[in-house]
Amino acid sequence: MDKKDRLCQETWAKSSSSGNELPKNISTEKPSFINFNFNSQQYEQKWEDTSIFGSRTNSSFQEFNPQSETQSLLPSNPNDHIKMADQENSQINETLQTNKIPDWDPRAMLNNLSFLEQKIHQLQDLVHLIVGRRGQVLGRPDELVTQQQQLVTADLTSIIVQLISTAGSLLPSVKHTLSATTTPVGQLGGILFPSGTGMNNSVQQQHSSGSKVSDQSNQMDVTGNCGTEQNYSIEEHEMKDEEDAEEGENLPPGSYEILQLEKEEILAPHTHFCTICGKGFKRDANLRMHMRGHGDEYKTPAALAKPNKEASSEPVLIKRYSCPFTGCKRNKDHKKFQPLKTILCVKNHYKRTHCDKSYTCSRCNTKKFSVIADLKTHEKHCGKDKWLCSCGTTFSRKDKLFGHIALFQGHTPAIPPDETKGPAGPSDKGDENEVANKVGSINYSFGSGGANGTGAQNVMDVKGGVDDPASYFSPLNFDTCNFGGFHEFPRPPFDDSESSFSFLISGLCNYSQKTGGESSSNNIQ
Amino acid sequence: MKRQKMTIEFDDNNSNKSNNNLFDLLSEEIVFAILDLLNTNPLDRKSFSLVCKSVYNLESKHRKTLKPLRQEHLPRILNRYPHISHLDLSLCPRINDNSLTVISNACKDSLRSIDLSRSRFFSYNGLMSLAWNCKNLVDVDLSNATELRDAAAAAVAEAKNLERLWLGRCKLITDMGIGCIAVGCKKLRLISLKWCLGVTDLGVDLIAVKCKEIRSLDLSYLPITNKCLPSILKLQYLEDLAMEGCFGIDDDSLTALKHGCKSLKRLDMSSCQNISYVGLSSLISGAGGLEQLTLAYGCPVTPALANGLKNLSALQSVKLDGCMVTSAGLKALGNCLISLRELSLSKCLGVTDEGLSSLVTKHRELRKLDITCCRKITDVSIAHITSSCGNLTSLRMESCTLVSREAFVLIGQRCQFLEELDLTDNEIDDEGLKSISRCSKLSSLKLGICLNITDEGLAYIGMHCSKLTELDLYRSAEITDAGILAIASGCHDLEMINMSYCRDITDSSLISLSKCVRLNTFESRGCPLITSLGIAAIAVGYVGLLSLASISCLQNMTVLHLKGLTPSGLAAALLACGGLTKVKLHVAFKSLLPHPLFEHLEARGCVFEWRDKQFQAELDPKCWKLQLEDMIP
Repeated sequence: MDKKDRLCQETWAKSSSSGNELPKNISTEKPSFINFNFNSQQYEQKWEDTSIFGSRTNSSFQEFNPQSETQSLLPSNPNDHIKMADQENSQINETLQTNKIPDWDPRAMLNNLSFLEQKIHQLQDLVHLIVGRRGQVLGRPDELVTQQQQLVTADLTSIIVQLISTAGSLLPSVKHTLSATTTPVGQLGGILFPSGTGMNNSVQQQHSSGSKVSDQSNQMDVTGNCGTEQNYSIEEHEMKDEEDAEEGENLPPGSYEILQLEKEEILAPHTHFCTICGKGFKRDANLRMHMRGHGDEYKTPAALAKPNKEASSEPVLIKRYSCPFTGCKRNKDHKKFQPLKTILCVKNHYKRTHCDKSYTCSRCNTKKFSVIADLKTHEKHCGKDKWLCSCGTTFSRKDKLFGHIALFQGHTPAIPPDETKGPAGPSDKGDENEVANKVGSINYSFGSGGANGTGAQNVMDVKGGVDDPASYFSPLNFDTCNFGGFHEFPRPPFDDSESSFSFLISGLCNYSQKTGGESSSNNIQ
Repeated sequence: MKRQKMTIEFDDNNSNKSNNNLFDLLSEEIVFAILDLLNTNPLDRKSFSLVCKSVYNLESKHRKTLKPLRQEHLPRILNRYPHISHLDLSLCPRINDNSLTVISNACKDSLRSIDLSRSRFFSYNGLMSLAWNCKNLVDVDLSNATELRDAAAAAVAEAKNLERLWLGRCKLITDMGIGCIAVGCKKLRLISLKWCLGVTDLGVDLIAVKCKEIRSLDLSYLPITNKCLPSILKLQYLEDLAMEGCFGIDDDSLTALKHGCKSLKRLDMSSCQNISYVGLSSLISGAGGLEQLTLAYGCPVTPALANGLKNLSALQSVKLDGCMVTSAGLKALGNCLISLRELSLSKCLGVTDEGLSSLVTKHRELRKLDITCCRKITDVSIAHITSSCGNLTSLRMESCTLVSREAFVLIGQRCQFLEELDLTDNEIDDEGLKSISRCSKLSSLKLGICLNITDEGLAYIGMHCSKLTELDLYRSAEITDAGILAIASGCHDLEMINMSYCRDITDSSLISLSKCVRLNTFESRGCPLITSLGIAAIAVGYVGLLSLASISCLQNMTVLHLKGLTPSGLAAALLACGGLTKVKLHVAFKSLLPHPLFEHLEARGCVFEWRDKQFQAELDPKCWKLQLEDMIP
């Protein structure tokens, strides 16, 4: 702890170059909670909270800082971000405090500007370095160039954002309205980091929330989603409240801490965001893998390690989760509340029980799921070993299906659709048959047609075919007949046994030669 | 018969006086009454309908059953006969979905029964239209439809009024399809699932659960186990149960059954290797009304088995083909059973004079007896059989080689009600035949490999046995054209004749046989004197084989070793026989006949088998028989 504290103080000392002091930072952040919670008693708690937050944040910085000293290239970014975040916070505080202090603070402005200057210098150095390196590294230029471009763009964006926000601080009225309007958007009067400071929020808040979440719960850092982030803190308040209230009643002392995520947060596709390029990830491990692409300093074992392992020295309460859906048994307000163990449980529970089942199995087209993993599990088993009843119920085992059918009147085993497919419906059948018959007669004239080469009947058949040559020789038609299963069974040309007798005597003598000739002529036709 | 002839003559008289149409005087009812009596020969109806237009129309109205020869004519035929209720398509091997649609649209609700057992070219769609349009279908025979799948079974299940369904050899149908049928066809009384290898306990169980009306259940060769037995035995009306070759059922599972099926009348447990008398007695313990029991190729016939059958007072028929038999077992059977009418001991090892004699003397009411290949029995047994069982209608005693020629005279003397007699590979001679010709009801006579009989003996048969429909002269070497002529002139109802390896038979036999208009099976393997003249000339002259083809339904044809046969003659015959389903030809013809011809015939549903056997002309019949005996222990 000592070491950490020292470290964090170091970092904060660094950042203080921009004119911010740690206590101020905390204090400025704090009022936001107070303001909206109207809970002055929480004040103290919050204090502690934020102090924890502060130290934690630092602990996460600790990974970056040494590198930033050794390498001038990339490390500048996180550092800068942190600074920017600090800046932001100060601004936020200022904006929040506008109620009290209507005028803008020229000192803060000066700080901002000097920070910007420093930032631009750093960027300049970076670009210099890139120019210098270009000559050396020719082996894999593409990769490097894209990386560098990403870095430069990220830095530039943050500079621009900072500039705008600085300019924006000059307009107190706008700020005021903005913060006023955005407030109701938050959940339960949730604290908004005043989004009134402009669009820049995204970057800075990402960072701050990222660090914050990492200290709160190991599983999640809800970066980039200011709403959720704020809810988070609010929830914490509420939970604290509840814990206070409940502690005396039924929960064993110090057993667990209840967290409740909001709907939007649960349904968010990504929970981890890259601070550099903004790409979202579902797992922080994936994010860390991704971060490696942003530079060598992310490749160290420390950077790749699970971020919160060091935090384990602190006494951590067991965390349990509550479902935000009121009335649900998993909701903490329920009388027989049963908590969910992990955030993943929360997500799956919420999607399964309180969301639409939007994923339909592409094989059976009947089963629907709200969790993709469930669909994938189902699809593994969906198919031949699926035993389906006419009522739509499926069974994994045949005997279960038959037991079901034996039990219920009117239920029938449903034959899988691929079996009934094949020949088209009855309405099309007539046409198909016609085609098939035509093909049949053609087949015949290729085949045994030679037997009665001059037989009137056969000629008729061939004519019937010639009427519609397209239907004959286009492969499509053959396909359809194939489908119907008719082509193999050409209709026998001998409609009348009498005629067949008459021809066969005459036709017998010139059998083989005729066959060849006929078939070739048919081909021409 | 007389009345028929009279009516026909009456019609003929009237048709001569064509000017005054006396047929208007005949009311519809009278014509229908006449038609009702014309049952024996399909040609009678045909000629009757040709008398005049009104009779033609009435006949069209009256006809209920139809057995078409050619599928191509179906639309026209169905148009002509609007009231067909039974359609037998077993002579049309190429029924496809199209034909079924035509049939279902033409027959609609009048159709009650359809036989598709010989066709495998239809599918789900055809059956669907049949089930939808013909709501009154009661019987459907889909045997041998090996391509049908569950979807087709589901289509069948749409025929809600179905009572009898045959699905033999529908190998691709599984429990799912059977389940559909079980749920859809509640009125089912008979279902045959023989060789439906995809059906297991689950499907059978569901049938038993859903179709309470089942009377007859054929589960032969199904991979079923004891799991489905309890629900089967709960079927209230089950009378007929066949479980041939169900290897999954064993004694343990049968003894575990608490109650047998009380209503059971016929039980077939052939080839169930794992069932002994223990399991059997448990199964039939409650079935006091059992009439027929088949235990072919099963457990040995011992006194213990006979004891198990003791309580079956109604038992009339026992078939023990291929079982190990002891004399004690046979004696016990004689003592335990009350009055058997039918007994089959075909190919049983261990049947002796002693055992058989004691059995037949107890069962004087025996009607049918099969002692094929009981090689140990002698004249003693025959004497006992003939003396105690005077009412025998069927006696099969192929290869009872120890029975002397004198014994056959006894058969003719004492068993005059015989309708079926199988004397293949016996010592019978002309004297015996002369005696047997007293059996005026004889319809089936098998004299294969009877080397002692000549034309003289056949002449007796031809003279006296006018009801003969089946005659087997396979390798009866002494038979010549004269014998065949006698048969052909005496036995007009002949339907099947086998003259294979009767080497003296010539074309004149064929010409004389052309009188027998009902002949539908004709085998002439190894007859070197039948020439292309006999077939090709016949083809031109509309006699012989070709006329057979045109009047009836030649379905199987085997032509081997006919030296004089020319390819063109064969081709003509093949093309003319539209109903052919199976042709065996010598491999030499394959190159001689044009390939398109075979393709065409195969497209008509005919299967070719090519044989490449050397004709063993030098082989003496006696010598051949000796060889045969060497092979059989």
